[in-house]
Amino acid sequence: MRYLLKRLLLLLVAAWAALTLNFILPRLMPGNPVEAMLARYQGRLSPQAVNALEVQFGLNTHESAISQYFTYFGHTVTGNLGTSISEFPTKVSSIIGSSLPWTIGLVGFSVIVSFVIGTALGALAGWRRGSRFDSVAVPFGVMLSAMPVFWISLLALYFLAFKLGWFPLAGGIGGTGSVGISGAGSIISHAALPAITLTLVSVGGWVLLMRNSTVSVLGEDYIKFGRAKGLPERAVAFNYAVRNAILPQFTSFALALGFVVAGAIFTEYVFSYPGIAYNLYEAVLSLDYPLMQGIFLVIVVAVLLANFLADLLYVFLDPRIRLEARA
Amino acid sequence: MAAAAPATSTGPATASTPLLEIFGLTVGYGWEGRPMSTVVRGVDLSVGAGEVVGIAGESGCGKTTLALAATGLLDPPGQVLSGSVRFCGRDLLALSQRELRTVHLSEISMVFQASMNVLNPVMRIRDQFLDAMKAHGVEDRDGAVARAKEMFDLVKVPRRFFEAFPHQLSGGMRQRTVIALALVLRPQLLVLDEPTTALDVVVQRSILEMLDELRNELGFGVVFITHDLSLLVEIADRITIMYAGLAVEQAPARQLYEGPRHPYSQALMRAFPPLGGERRRLEGIAGQPPDLRQLPPGCSFQPRCPRAIAGTCEVVAPPLVRFEAEHWAVCHLYDRVDDHPNVTDQGLGEDHGEKGATVG
Amino acid sequence: MRAFFSNRLAMAGLAILVFFGLVALLAPVIAPYSPTDINFTPFLPISSQHWLGTTSQGNDVFSQLVYGARASLMVGLATAAIISVVQLAMGIFSGYVGGWVDNVLNTITNIFLVVPALVLLIILAAYLPGKGLGVIIAILAATGWAWGARVLRAQAISLRDRPFVEAARMAGESRWRIVLVHIVPNMFGVLVANFFGAALYAVLAEAGLEFLGLGNINDVTWGVMLYWGENTNAMLLGQWLFLLLPGLCILLLGTAFGLLNFAVDQVANPRLRRN
Repeated sequence: MRYLLKRLLLLLVAAWAALTLNFILPRLMPGNPVEAMLARYQGRLSPQAVNALEVQFGLNTHESAISQYFTYFGHTVTGNLGTSISEFPTKVSSIIGSSLPWTIGLVGFSVIVSFVIGTALGALAGWRRGSRFDSVAVPFGVMLSAMPVFWISLLALYFLAFKLGWFPLAGGIGGTGSVGISGAGSIISHAALPAITLTLVSVGGWVLLMRNSTVSVLGEDYIKFGRAKGLPERAVAFNYAVRNAILPQFTSFALALGFVVAGAIFTEYVFSYPGIAYNLYEAVLSLDYPLMQGIFLVIVVAVLLANFLADLLYVFLDPRIRLEARA
Repeated sequence: MAAAAPATSTGPATASTPLLEIFGLTVGYGWEGRPMSTVVRGVDLSVGAGEVVGIAGESGCGKTTLALAATGLLDPPGQVLSGSVRFCGRDLLALSQRELRTVHLSEISMVFQASMNVLNPVMRIRDQFLDAMKAHGVEDRDGAVARAKEMFDLVKVPRRFFEAFPHQLSGGMRQRTVIALALVLRPQLLVLDEPTTALDVVVQRSILEMLDELRNELGFGVVFITHDLSLLVEIADRITIMYAGLAVEQAPARQLYEGPRHPYSQALMRAFPPLGGERRRLEGIAGQPPDLRQLPPGCSFQPRCPRAIAGTCEVVAPPLVRFEAEHWAVCHLYDRVDDHPNVTDQGLGEDHGEKGATVG
Repeated sequence: MRAFFSNRLAMAGLAILVFFGLVALLAPVIAPYSPTDINFTPFLPISSQHWLGTTSQGNDVFSQLVYGARASLMVGLATAAIISVVQLAMGIFSGYVGGWVDNVLNTITNIFLVVPALVLLIILAAYLPGKGLGVIIAILAATGWAWGARVLRAQAISLRDRPFVEAARMAGESRWRIVLVHIVPNMFGVLVANFFGAALYAVLAEAGLEFLGLGNINDVTWGVMLYWGENTNAMLLGQWLFLLLPGLCILLLGTAFGLLNFAVDQVANPRLRRN
């Protein structure tokens, strides 16, 4: 329990740090962000937009930075993430609301599938350390994790979608975008390539981590004793080796998730997939600060939440954390 | 020690057939591209039903490897190079992995060194009993639980820890639990490797007493491995002293205590005076055990031996010399029968020496 | 050390790294043209004049690839070096010194661990005015140090309690001497493994940033090559070679660092050694 509380506290602090970073960064940049944006948009911003911007960045008011901070804090926590510039006057939160589900589906699928497949293969490689499978799995894992996700996405797009026409070229859903049976099929075919490439790039890391974890667990005394009890190999493999080797993977979850989200930025970009990561890219390109900040915050919070879920799972699975020593 | 009650298990060991017989066992460790280290060299040992046989020696003398190899638990890069092991008359080393698995725990149990970490941290203790029992054909779950809890009582661990996880028990309790696990299927032979070394003295004592009671109750034979000779002197029936992979002396406990013959045994005795004995100056043994990959010719103990005979010990392998019943040593000091009235037999006319020794 | 050189993975990684190193060093000799020379007709196919054709802007692909090695290697190694120094300092302070310093540093590390690094990277890249490789190295280092720092801290803590360190302390050795002579040498294996891991991260992240156009699009790097490829419809014109090759180079260099990272870990980490 203490462990969970500590983790929760950490995640809250991290969220706060992200929020504060959002506040500080544009004000740290040289010059006036509004002027910078005006320059960028070359005067194509409407007066209302400029006004909203100035309010957002607290440039027009005579409030102190501290009170601006509290206003910002208050707004953010209540869900007011401001108004987008590039899509003025759409609110940031509604842009995010419509694109977030796509990304959650994509990232969620990739993380889970890559974890399951990667861990299974890694466990097999570790269990049969030194075997042919292991000596192939390791370099493969290294190569997969060194693969630039945008590159493989480009290649996939080119060969499988463009040349062979097996998959659609862009978008999240085709045609009318209706949701229904035909809609579902279209969603899947549009999501297939992004999901596959994202999963592929993430699998390698899990394979290597789990393999090493398994190898290191196999050196433990309880494995030897499990065998000495006369247990069949299968029981030793699952209940003794895998159940212990898989625990440390949950602590790597944070990092892994971060990388998958980042990978999603590239995948969504290449496949023009209408997710939040794609929005982020466009926001960055057009220097739409409010949108950028909003998306950054949402991504961070989502990752932190997912982290917390992973922590919960970890606590559930490791009795040493779950139960304090009694004797 | 009190004579053990006859074995209650259904094994075929009788008073005449020894439980465990090890003949000339030689074990080596070999890594790729490196010369083989012979860690156990031609050791003979036997254990009778209900008997306690102790094996004593410094760390690295091969006693653990001997136990692992003899019970079929030796992992690569270790391998048995020659010799045989018979358990109740059956050739143990010829058994397949599958057959070995049925033997382990139900007929021979081994309790490793540092058993603190020998239990799976993510499984409840109850489940670690049950999976072992299930693997040996105990299908009735309730019956299995009852038997396991009985063992728990016998080792005096409170029943409420039965459902707990290993980290919730103290070191001493974990050791007892492991012993309970080792005995739950009523094996005929229990091999213990330094079972009490990592525990404090008081706990040590209580565990040894517990073992003694269990032995009286269940009648299993014991192989007790330790570096603490003073301990063995109290609990063992017979003791074998090992040095650099060889068995250098063997005798009933009392005889070894009263009259160790091999200089190494004598040195060991001097290093561990029993608690109740007279006050004596403690002496360590100078020097280091030899590098097993580059053994000197002649006696392995010679470089450290205070009684080495120049010109003989470093060149010629010492012979096996028998003293009174069941007491022998491998040493040059007793080469000439006339000098030592107690010597009954000097070798068997063959060069046994470092290659092997037969139990009287 | 001997174990390292007999490790196949390490040798493979080293071979690839040396290969790219040589290419980078000998770029002026190997490349037929200057990589920034745009006098050629764009989108030429493979020919004896242009071994790998020309880019959408009219540069020689082969020359760009060769010179691109310089950028990637430099970014990879420089970032890894900076990160390693930071990690070492943090690991030692946090692990060895302990106390409230450890708490603070550890919390900072954990925050950086849970916030997705690459997302932060992209945001930072967006805010920063200058976009040269130097800037990229700086923000890569600022976002990629956390994971290795945690590992090093764990190592420092375990070393702090080892008998030989205690003995040195009791013998009155100064804190700095203990750190330099006893602790750091024992962290060497982890440090080197981390170095290569950081280099891998740097190479991939740098390429990613440039691909998105967040770097300097006039630099000669593999990532920028892919940027131009994507943005000038090289795909539609069937110029897949132009898409394939820079990415392949990134993959190979990344693999080299990855192999070295894995191999060093295998050699140095006692729990992974064979018996």
